[in-house]
Amino acid sequence: MTKSELIEKISYNQDQLPPKDVELAVRMILDRMVNSLSNNERIEIRGFGSFSLHYRAARVGRNPKTGAAVDLTGKYVPHFKPGKELRKRVDY
Amino acid sequence: MAALTKADLAEMLFDDLGLNKREAREIVEMFYAEISEALEKNDNVKISGFGNFELRDKKSRPGRNPKTGEEVAISARRVVTFKPGQKLRSRVETYARSE
Repeated sequence: MTKSELIEKISYNQDQLPPKDVELAVRMILDRMVNSLSNNERIEIRGFGSFSLHYRAARVGRNPKTGAAVDLTGKYVPHFKPGKELRKRVDY
Repeated sequence: MAALTKADLAEMLFDDLGLNKREAREIVEMFYAEISEALEKNDNVKISGFGNFELRDKKSRPGRNPKTGEEVAISARRVVTFKPGQKLRSRVETYARSE
């Protein structure tokens, strides 16, 4: 499922709002989620899961083409932990 | 810092998009419900600009009860993983630099 299919599904399953508004709402939800994480603010969605940042320590990497050593600085990466309900639903 | 919740997202749709409170709550609920439903049907979810939710089938493997040290089999299962997209990854890396 893609973002546009998600917007179509939500539009189809409710009769209050025109698809344009649903599309706007979905974009706003996603932008807010990106903004929260980029300020290191956790996201906690009951039943679905939580998003947070994990720190990756600085390390020496290698250029895979030349084999030269490259210093990589530490960085934050987004992490998703599925909630109990979602874990149960996707398992067979 | 308090975490972002469904209530915060609904409030944003009420304040900034002008949905009424019930509509705002419903849209937020449906957003996560539709993603969950696709994943339940073994359909990967690709949200451009954010990331992909992917399903992985894990084989059964031996494990241990960490308390008792007793060997137990971990059953085969399907799990959800999240692969953040390039835009999200570069946005959160900036946070590390700004600290």
